[in-house]
Order: sequence, then C-alpha cells, then structure tokens
Amino acid sequence: MADMTVEQARKGGAGSLTRFLRNIFLRNLSAKIAAAPMMATVLVVFVGCTIWTIWYSFTNSRLLPSGDFVGFEQYQRLFATRRWNVSVTNLVTYGAFSLVFTMVFGFLLAVLMDQKIRFENAFRTIMLYPFALSFIVTGLVWQWIMNPSLGLQGTMRNLGWTGFTFDWLTNPRMVLYALLIAGLWQGVGFVMILMLAGLRGIDGEIWKAARVDGIPTWRTYLSIVLPMMRGVLVTAVVLVGSGIVRLYDLVVALTDGGPGIASEVPAKYVYNYMFGAGNIAQGLAASTMMLLTVMIIIIPWAYLEFGGKGNRK
Amino acid sequence: MQHSVSIRDLSLNFGHVKVLEHLNLDIAEGEFIVLLGPSGCGKSTLLNCIAGLLDVSDGQIFINGKNVTWEEPKDRGIGMVFQSYALYPQMTVERNLSFGLRVARMQKDEVERRVKRASEILQIEPLLKRKPVELSGGQRQRVAIGRALVRDVDVFLFDEPLSNLDAKLRSDLRVEIKRLHQRLKNTMIYVTHDQIEALTLADRIAIMKNGVIQQLADPHTIYNKPTNLYVAGFIGSPSMNFLEGELQGGTEPVFRANDGTVIPVKTYAFETAPNGGAVKGVLGVRPEHIAVGEAAKAMPFATEVEVEIVEPMGSDTLAYTKLAGQTLTFRADSEINLRDGQTVLVGFDPGRGSIFDTATSNRI
Repeated sequence: MADMTVEQARKGGAGSLTRFLRNIFLRNLSAKIAAAPMMATVLVVFVGCTIWTIWYSFTNSRLLPSGDFVGFEQYQRLFATRRWNVSVTNLVTYGAFSLVFTMVFGFLLAVLMDQKIRFENAFRTIMLYPFALSFIVTGLVWQWIMNPSLGLQGTMRNLGWTGFTFDWLTNPRMVLYALLIAGLWQGVGFVMILMLAGLRGIDGEIWKAARVDGIPTWRTYLSIVLPMMRGVLVTAVVLVGSGIVRLYDLVVALTDGGPGIASEVPAKYVYNYMFGAGNIAQGLAASTMMLLTVMIIIIPWAYLEFGGKGNRK
Repeated sequence: MQHSVSIRDLSLNFGHVKVLEHLNLDIAEGEFIVLLGPSGCGKSTLLNCIAGLLDVSDGQIFINGKNVTWEEPKDRGIGMVFQSYALYPQMTVERNLSFGLRVARMQKDEVERRVKRASEILQIEPLLKRKPVELSGGQRQRVAIGRALVRDVDVFLFDEPLSNLDAKLRSDLRVEIKRLHQRLKNTMIYVTHDQIEALTLADRIAIMKNGVIQQLADPHTIYNKPTNLYVAGFIGSPSMNFLEGELQGGTEPVFRANDGTVIPVKTYAFETAPNGGAVKGVLGVRPEHIAVGEAAKAMPFATEVEVEIVEPMGSDTLAYTKLAGQTLTFRADSEINLRDGQTVLVGFDPGRGSIFDTATSNRI
C-alpha cells in the first residue's frame, strides 16, 4: 500500500496535493480514531481550561466570570495579601522538608527492608498502610494524637509528667511541622515501596562485583546503587512533588489553616477565594501563579531530560 | 609443591538441600581449571564459595596456603569476572577500573599505573573515557576482566564470562582469555556450561553433577577416557553412542550386544581386567571414531547398517542408523555421498571406545 501511494505521488501533477492531504488523514486511521477522545480531553480540559484560567485572572470577575479587563490588578492585590504570602512561605518550607525527608526516610527504610529480613511482607504492608488512607483520615487521626488536651500531651500529663508539652497544633511556629509529621507518616511508605522495587531491580552481580572490589556496603549503596536507580528517583520526586503542590485536604482536616493563618497553603487560598469568598478572578490569579511556579521548575528539567543532544541512556 | 587453591572437604547446604558435598580440589599455581556441568550442578556455587560470596557450611578453602574460609572476598587475593559484566553503569571505564582501588585509598600514581597496565594488556585504552552503555558486549567483558586485573590478584575467577556474547565474539574472546593466561600465568578458575570453551581453555576440567566432581582430568583424558557414563554422555557433540549388552572376559574378551551382535574388544585397555563371567555393560563409541565404507574393513569390528537420516553439517555429515537394534550416530566425511535408506558398511575400533559397568556406570 505504501508503495502505491509513493507511485501515485511520483505521477505528480495537479492531484498530488489532495492525495498528499488524504494520505495524511487516512494513514493509521484506526489509531487516530482511538486516540481522538483523549486528544480532545487534553485539548479541551487541560489546555482549554488552563487558557481560560489565565484569561480570567486578568478580569474583575467576582461570583461569575465577567469580561472586564483590569490588567495586573488581581496580581497586585494577591501579593499585597498577607495570607497569600504566608501560604507561599509555608508551602516552600513544607515542600523542602517534605521532599527531603520523604526521599531520605523512604530510601533508608527500603534499604532496611532489603536486608533479607524476616516477615518482610508484613512490614511492607504496615509501612504502606497509611498510604491507603485518605488525607482527611490522616488529618483527623493526627489531630487527635496531637490535640493538647486529648492526645499525647494530655496522656503524658495524666500519667504524671505534668511538665510534658507537645502543643504543635496550637503553636503558630510549630504547626507546619505538625503537618509535616502527618504528611511524612502518610507518604514515606509509598516512596519506600518505589525505592524497594528500584533496589530489587539491581542485578545481584553488581553487588558481588562491589564486594570483590572491597567496596563497603554503604558506599555501594551511595556510589553505585543510588545512581543506578535514577528512573525510580525521578518518579518518586515527581509524585512527592505533585503531592506537595496540591497540598490541601491534609491542612483542612488537621488545622484548617490555623492557628490564625499560620498553616495556610496556596491551594486552600485558591479554593477559598473561588468558592468561599466569591472572588473568582483572585482565585484564578493565585492558581495561575501556582502554575507558573510549577512550569519554572518543570520546563528546564524536561528540557534537560528529553531535549538537548539526546544524551539519555 | 604449594597449591594455589585448595578446597578441603567443602560442603554447602541451603536448608535441607545439599548443593555441594564433601568436595576436594587442589589447583596448582598458574593452572587453568574449568568447572563444567549443566545448570544447577553447583559449579557457580563452588566458584562463589571460593570467592567468599557464599558462606560454606563445612570444610576449608586455602588460597596460597592461607586459610581464607572466613575471609572477606577483598582479602582473598581474587578477582572475579561475571556473566552480566556487572560494570558500574554510571562510571566511565577508567573509573570502573579504579573505583575499588580508590575506595581502598591507594596512592594515586599507583592507581594510574595499574589502570594503564591493564588497559594496555586488554587493548581498551581508547575506551577509557567512555561509559559502559557506549561499549559492545565484548568490550564490556574486557573492562570487566580489567577490573580483576588492576587488583593485582593471584587467582582469577570467571563465572560464565562469555555466555552473553554471540558466537563469533565468544570464540574471539576465548582466544584472548587463553592469551591472557599465557601472558599473566595466574591461576584461573573458569565456570562454564559450554564444553567447547572447557576443552579449548582448560589445563584440567572438573566435570560436576549434583554438587560432586565426577572427573577431574586434562581435556584429552576427559574426551578419550571418561570415567563414567555421565561424563561420557556430557562431553562430545553429537554425544557418544551407547550400546547396551554384556561383557564377557577371558583371553578373547567380547562385548555381546542385547540382540546378540558380537563385538570383539581385545584391543580395549581395561582399567580392571574383567574376570571370567559376564558383566552387564555399556559400550560407548564416539560418532567421529566410526569409519565408513572401505575404511571400515580395516576395523576390528565392521557391519552393514541402513542409514535412516542424513544431516549435512558442511564440513562433515552426520548419519543416524541402527546397530544391534540401538541408535547409532556416525560422522562421515562430506565427500562420502550418503542417502536416506542406503546400506553402508561401518566399523570401529573398540579400543578407542569406552566400556562401562551398567551397575555402577563406571568405566571398566
């Protein structure tokens, strides 16, 4: 069939352009039909809504979208709002700690799991269990545990340690780390499983070779095994990272942004302005800023990873 | 003389499974030993025990007279080459070679000297700055050998190093390993399931089955005087013909096949002279030792057989026939024109064959 179209093209003449176009549309037709719904979804939902979001962030829409352009007014207002600035700072702090600790603890736990321990399946299930819970449940559970009068602090005081203090949920300086504990509790198990799969994917002969070479175990993990797990590491960072950016439900369940605005996060700001305060344009401006931040991180990385001189292995 | 590697009464169990049983092996300085056997015979396990990658259940291992049974692999004076090459993928060739030495905090100029020497010997100098992914299989395996070389060890261990390569590269690298051994004169222990590799490389071959060494001898002896039925059947391709029957001793010993065909075996050099009575036995003759046509007439035993299947192999031809009701394969010169269904005269000298006792399956 391909030969025939080439033959037709060679005959040339006036009809060649139409043949060429028809060829483009009809080639792999069934594959095109199969991909069409997804293409439509991507175009309408992802690209379309993104453009819509950016567009209306430059208007003065309140409860309903309107077309009155106000330029960067919404953005000026956004960065003049203390709640937004606190939210961004919180997210950066939480994100940095969460990313580092999830990866480090996940890896360390995976290494421990990899030592041919007994009851590995049981431990793996226990570690992964929090991941099966919704953030709302996690938030509630930790709210009880960290509640000063009911939880850990209350229990210890009742047992006689009257000086014991663990009031992170009500302490504006520490509330972010209370969030972090709950977040880690939920997320570390999953990263551990990913890392464990990565560790198990390393050829046993690499380990033997390193042992014959006299390389200590910790050094083998750091210098040889970890670099070989690059794919798993990237996957884990992307998953943990996207979890951080959309952090919302844990905050709502655990602190609801409090005490005061001490544990507010950007996603919550967007939600509150769009659906609570009836100020769509302000919410859209905030979400556009979130999108921009993510793009600033993702685009250079994607360029390095997939573009350039194609020096990927 | 001091042995380079000595294995004393070595046993290894995984739970209730006995992988190696009371194994003894002495390897001389500079000797090239090949451990040969099918998968699961314990040959790689034995190599891993020598390397110190597996803890033994019982027995001792000596390397250069030192008991290393419980030493770490790095302290045993061994270098090892693996089937999957096991190179560190994110490091350049140079770093692959030097990493172990650097970790051991060796002097920098000494590290450079050793890397230079190894890369000269293996002719991988142009590759030093490349990563393993940019190398072909043969080049990777050379780097893997280099990693053992820079360690300046007494004993080289090879764990099926050529099994991942294609046939052409395999024979090239085989010659190179042999050349390397001639140049370095180190003790080498080489595990393979490929009998060609074993026969071409080894000073001595240890044929293993079920964790036990069946025969330890030079390739010529292994091929011509297999110690038991298993070794006889394992070595040689196509494998040895076996005729079942009875051996009758005396001054004119004969082998009587099951259907009554009588084969005089006076030319056979018996290990233990058969006594007067008849013993159930198996006569083994290699396909390449069977003469066809005119040449068969000069043989102590000759008979007419009908060719069933002919397989032309290029350099020669394989033919399948029946002798005394049992399958007989023979290898003929490709100049001899054989056809299916044709009757030809074949003959052989039992003196070049092997006779085994059916009861013990050992060579008589």
